[in-house]
Amino acid sequence: MSGLVLNNVTKEFGTFTAVNNVELTVPHGTFVCMLGPSGCGKTTLLRMIAGLDLPTGGAIRLDGEDITRVPTHKRNLGMVFQSLALFPHLTVGENIAYPLRIRSAPKEDQKKRVDELLSMIHLSGYADRPVSKLSGGQRQRVAIARALSISPKLFLLDEPLSALDAKLREAMQVELRQLQQKLGITTIVVTHDQREAMTMADTVVVMNRGEIRQAASPIEIYRRPADTFVADFIGSTNLLEAEADSSGRVNVLGQPVAGISLGPNISKATLSVRPEDVHLTAPSDGALSGTVTFVRDLGGTIETFVDIAGQQIIAVSTPRARPDVSVGQPVGVVLLPDVCVVLAK
Amino acid sequence: MRREAPQRLADYGPLFFPAMMLIVFFVVPFATMIAVSFFQRQQGGFYVPAFELSNYQRFLSLFFANVLGFSLMLAIAVAICCVVLAIPFTYLLTRMARKVQIIWLVALLSVLSLSEVIIGFAWSTLFSRTAGITNLLVMAGLMSEAKALLPSFGAVLTGMVYQAFPYTVLVLYPALVRLDPTLTEAARTLGASPIKAFFTVVVPALRNTITATLIMVFIFALGSYLLPQLLGRPQHWTLSVLITDQAIYQSNMPFAAAMAVFLVLVTLGLVALTVIAGRKGEAA
Repeated sequence: MSGLVLNNVTKEFGTFTAVNNVELTVPHGTFVCMLGPSGCGKTTLLRMIAGLDLPTGGAIRLDGEDITRVPTHKRNLGMVFQSLALFPHLTVGENIAYPLRIRSAPKEDQKKRVDELLSMIHLSGYADRPVSKLSGGQRQRVAIARALSISPKLFLLDEPLSALDAKLREAMQVELRQLQQKLGITTIVVTHDQREAMTMADTVVVMNRGEIRQAASPIEIYRRPADTFVADFIGSTNLLEAEADSSGRVNVLGQPVAGISLGPNISKATLSVRPEDVHLTAPSDGALSGTVTFVRDLGGTIETFVDIAGQQIIAVSTPRARPDVSVGQPVGVVLLPDVCVVLAK
Repeated sequence: MRREAPQRLADYGPLFFPAMMLIVFFVVPFATMIAVSFFQRQQGGFYVPAFELSNYQRFLSLFFANVLGFSLMLAIAVAICCVVLAIPFTYLLTRMARKVQIIWLVALLSVLSLSEVIIGFAWSTLFSRTAGITNLLVMAGLMSEAKALLPSFGAVLTGMVYQAFPYTVLVLYPALVRLDPTLTEAARTLGASPIKAFFTVVVPALRNTITATLIMVFIFALGSYLLPQLLGRPQHWTLSVLITDQAIYQSNMPFAAAMAVFLVLVTLGLVALTVIAGRKGEAA
C-alpha cells in the first residue's frame, strides 16, 4: 500500500525500551502529529523513520518497500530539525540547493528550484543572504524549504516550531498546514504542544513510555480519549471514579447518576468529563451536590472549582451560562451521559 | 551593558602589565636581534656596533635559498599532514563517549610533555636497522631483511608530525566539539553519504579554524631544529639548524641574527598571504 507503515517497531537502548512494538499506518498525503511528554519515545521513533537510528526490532515500509535498513541518504526524505541545522557556511540559496547539489543536479535547475521555493516561503530575493542574517521565523522557513527542495516522499519535522515565540508559532502552524495540503506530502511532526497537534494534524498519535496510546483524528482524541493518560494529556479533564451496583445503577463519587452505563460486567471505571461539559445548576435532584471552593473569572470564561466528596471538579462556562454562585455556596453538578467517557480501570 | 572607550589614562591601567611583559620579553630582544644583524663580527666570537649589510648579502646565495626553501616546504608539509590526520581523528574523538575522550586527551597531553630530544631518539631507535619497526615486518614475513629507515626525509617528517599532532588536535578540539552534530545528520537526511557530509559540511564549516591551525603548525614546525639533525641528512637541515650552528658553534651572532630576521619576515609574509587568500575565498 502507498504510505508509511510501521510494523512492531522497537528500539532498545541497553535495558531501556525507548520505543515498544509500535504499529502505525500513515496513508499517503496525511499529516501526522506525534504527541507525548518528553522522553516518551516520539523523537526516537521519528529518527528511526529517518534512518538516523536503527530499530532493534520490527520493520518500516514506505510505499511497500522495506526501508528498515536503508541508509538515511538513500531514503529521499526531507527533515527539519529542532535546531534547524542550517549550514552556517552557506547562503540561504545554497542551503536550499544543497540536496540538489549533492545529487549533482544541473546548475540552472538548482537555481530555478531555489527561486521557486523562495517564492513559496515568501523570501524571494533572499538567496544570497547569509543564514546568520535571518530572523527566527525566516530561518524556520528556509529549513522547511531546504527539506522540500527534492520533493521528498516523506517530510519529517522534529519539534520544528519550539524555538519561536508564541505568536509566530501559531502563524507558522497555519502556514505549515496550508503548505502541506497544497503539496499533498506525507508529513510527520513530533511535538509536545497539543495546540500545535490539534491545529495541524489529520491524525494525532499520542505516545507515552514508548507506546502508542491512541492514534486518531484530533477531535476524536479530544472527545473519545482511549484511556486516562490520553484524556488527561490532551486538554484538561475531570477524572471521576464511578461504581456500578449489581442492578447496573451507577454511582459517581458516591452519588447516583442516571443514564450512565459502564458496560456489561464492569463494576468500576473512571469517567472523563471535560470542564466545558460540566453544567452547574442550583442544588437539585439528579445533580451531584457539591460546594464551590474557588472561582477564577477570566472575563470571557469562568472556571468554577467544586468540591464533591473530597474531589475537585472544574467547570468552565461563559459567564451567562452559569448560576451566580460564589465560594462556599452549595451547587448542583449535572453530568450528561453523552459527554461522559467511560475509561476502563 | 554598553562598553565605553577608555577616557582617561588610568582606564588603560589593566593594559600596563601585559604591555610591559611584551616590551621586556619580546620587543626589546627582537629589536636587539635586528640591531645585531647589522653589526660587524669580530674574529674570536664577538661583534662591534656598526651598520653593514654584509650579513644579509652573504645570505643571498643559492645555498641559503635552498635551505630556506626546504625549511618552508618541510613546515608546510608537516602542517598539511598534521591537519589532514587530525581533522578526522578529532571529529571521531568528539563523537565518542566522554570517558573515552578524556583518556585520549590525557594520552595526547602526555605526548606533549615529551621533550624534542626524547621524541627524536625514540624515533631514531624505531627507524633503526637493529631495533626498528622493520624487524616486525620481517617477522610478519612482509620484508626479507630489516633495514634502516633513517636518516631520511620520511623520518624527519614522521618525527615532526608526531611532535606537532597533539597541538593540532588540541587546537581543533574546541571547534569540533562546538560543531552542532545535527549538521551532519541534516546533511544525511538531505541525501549526503556520511563521507560526503563530512566534506561538504564539517570541513567547510570549520574553514577558519583549519586555516588558523595550518598557520599554527606551520610556525611551530619552522622552529624545529633538533629533529632534522637527529633523523635527517645534512640536506634535510632547516634554516633553524643553520641559525643554531652560526650562533652557537661558529659564534657568528650577526649572521645568525640576520638569518633569524629574514626567517621571521618570510614567515610573516606567508601568514599574511594565507589570511588574505582566506578572506578572498570567503568573499567569493
